[in-house]
Amino acid sequence: MKQDGALARSLFQRTVTIGGYNMTKAAVSLSGRDILDLSSLSVEEYDLIMRTAAEMKKVMKRDIKKLPSLRGKSIVNLFYENSTRTRSSFELAGKYLGADVINLSTGTSSVKKGECLKDTILTMQSMACDAIVMRHPVEGAAKYAADIAAPIVINAGDGAHAHPTQGLLDMFTILEHGKQFKGLKMAIIGDILYSRVARSNIAAWTKLGADVHVAGPMTLIPHDIQELGVTVHKRVEDAIEGADVVDVLRIQLERQDKAMFPTPREYARIYGVNEERMKLAKPDCLVMHPGPMNRGLEISWDTGYSDQAVIREQVTNGVAVRMAVLFLTIMGGKPVENAN
Amino acid sequence: MKTLIKNGRIVDPSQQLDQVMDLLVEDGKIAQAAPHIDAAADEVFDATGLVVAPGFIDLHTHLREPGLEAKEDLVTGTMAAAHGGITRVACMPNTKPVIDSSIVVSGIQERAQKEGYVHVEVIGAITKGEKGKELSEMGDMAQHGVMGFSDDGHYVSSAYVMNLAAQYVSAFDKPLICHDIDEEMNHEGFMHEGAVSARLGVPGIPSIAEDICVARDAAIAEYTGAHIHIAHIASKGAVDIVRQAKARGVNITCEATVHHLTLTDEACAGYNTATRVSPPLRSWDHVEALRKGLKDGTIDAIVTDHAPHAPEEKDVEFRYAPNGFCGLETSVGVVLTDLYHTGEFSINEIVDKMSTSPARIMDLDAGSLKVGRNADITILDLDREWTVDSEKFYTRGKVTPFDGKHCKGMAVATMVDGRFVMKDGVVCKK
Repeated sequence: MKQDGALARSLFQRTVTIGGYNMTKAAVSLSGRDILDLSSLSVEEYDLIMRTAAEMKKVMKRDIKKLPSLRGKSIVNLFYENSTRTRSSFELAGKYLGADVINLSTGTSSVKKGECLKDTILTMQSMACDAIVMRHPVEGAAKYAADIAAPIVINAGDGAHAHPTQGLLDMFTILEHGKQFKGLKMAIIGDILYSRVARSNIAAWTKLGADVHVAGPMTLIPHDIQELGVTVHKRVEDAIEGADVVDVLRIQLERQDKAMFPTPREYARIYGVNEERMKLAKPDCLVMHPGPMNRGLEISWDTGYSDQAVIREQVTNGVAVRMAVLFLTIMGGKPVENAN
Repeated sequence: MKTLIKNGRIVDPSQQLDQVMDLLVEDGKIAQAAPHIDAAADEVFDATGLVVAPGFIDLHTHLREPGLEAKEDLVTGTMAAAHGGITRVACMPNTKPVIDSSIVVSGIQERAQKEGYVHVEVIGAITKGEKGKELSEMGDMAQHGVMGFSDDGHYVSSAYVMNLAAQYVSAFDKPLICHDIDEEMNHEGFMHEGAVSARLGVPGIPSIAEDICVARDAAIAEYTGAHIHIAHIASKGAVDIVRQAKARGVNITCEATVHHLTLTDEACAGYNTATRVSPPLRSWDHVEALRKGLKDGTIDAIVTDHAPHAPEEKDVEFRYAPNGFCGLETSVGVVLTDLYHTGEFSINEIVDKMSTSPARIMDLDAGSLKVGRNADITILDLDREWTVDSEKFYTRGKVTPFDGKHCKGMAVATMVDGRFVMKDGVVCKK
């Protein structure tokens, strides 16, 4: 693993060479910004989040991992879809920063009584919360909420559209391994159609100059996806060959009632990422997965535990990145170095 | 009662007329058209610098009555039409109950006559309850004066039922107006399938979901000889199919909406529910194909598909919003701005597609300023600039993707049966 300093310089190198731009002066700020997707953030803003997350990760390694940065601030985790890791990750991120965090899920709120999203958002706003972290099953819900709400809205996943903090934690993990995106071959494998993770990573990785390849059953590859600047492969092997990063997407078995592919068995045989197929990638290729994994389906048992797999690092980095996002949006872009 | 419309540029494709003249209206009819008329009139309307056209006709409107009055009713809907310069609307039968019997047809006709601001043509359902299973009493409804039949909002998914309907209706010389989007493909998607849906993550509806259905219905028209009218045609493939069928002499016509002629799926990028519509807004190549079809005569009419909804129905997440938005009060402005002022279409062509041609294909006694005809007149100021403000609409469903659009050209007066129902943007008291 590279040093934090390398991480801090990573994305930012380009800007330095272009204009001697000094990030410690915090030329960009995310103060008060809604984080809805990654295409609306600039490379400089990615960089600010990455550098802040690196500092946050140090905090996570402390014995007492609590900062007072968000003391007196309140965050609502509003989850319209089941989630274990994203919700816990946001909750811990908020708590490590000293914020008050409450969790609302559809099973326990007035949503069950038929309240519309608009009224739920306005209710949260009336209780003076500072940020709403929202997970919702349909695309555009985060934008809709942000248009209504005065508090900051952090999209924790809206349908198949975007999952910006997942994209950011993937970016952090890749950078931490010294991979600087430009010219790298990134392979995204599996269910692109229903994947907000895929869309977030495609948006960020193409913006950072990587060469993005996708493969999976053609029924799960959106029509015209190549217009987003990615290369589509019919064979998984062609996408993985020579890759620097293989991002394996979760097959959403709950959607299998639509029968997008014949059987899980056939999927694993033809599209599953396994040790054999990973031999085609570069030796130092990273294997990523947003979790939870269906082992033996989209990813084989060994591959999930192999040396190339950085899946558990992704989880750790998720907390750090979410701390960074909450800190930067709620408190503003005050450089962490100076804060220390 | 005499009204003299002075010095207007009369544009009437039914007589190939385009010249500055006076027009005298007497007792609800066109009495005289001549360069200078000196007649004592009860009212003189100075139309200097304005276009005087046969009243605009909208073949595709949802007035929502009976049963869905939270969205619209006959009064608000026809006021919206008057406001938008439209003198005659054809209302779709997807109401509660569905307009699938002559008694409902007669009820709407009677109430529209009494309360409406413009003429209302009624469209009956093809199948009972628009369920696509059994034929409704189309003969009885035809004898009670419906304009045609449609299961609008639904595709008649059984080819057997559709063929039966076409055979049956051919005896009554009424068209079948087809909502041609495959239900199963449509049900899975919420916008046009393409680069934009791929980016937004919104499940897409492929354009072939429309082409496949139009191809089937063109075949049924050819086989049975029945008049098939394709509602809101929106895909380039469908336009090609209709063009080819027309070239073979098939009894097929079609209409395109104002929004499909002017907007693309990029409008959906902000997840604005005002852009949710069926068929969905498509990519630019489809829009270009529609304009080409409108130009070469493949497309017979420009319609609004005015489909108002209550505010709480549209103020939700993109995917949960119902399809449709209002259109009666924006159609003239948008068409003049985006089709006329861009130089693509002449005013004669626009008046033809919004009045004369729809009247002809639906066999309506309208769409002409010939002496003796009903005095239904739309008066346009081609250069008047204005901004769409949905708060000023008469319709109950304020949602429109054109809100805030800057327009050039508007309807400044609407006359129905010799009486002004709108002047200078204000609907006249009944």
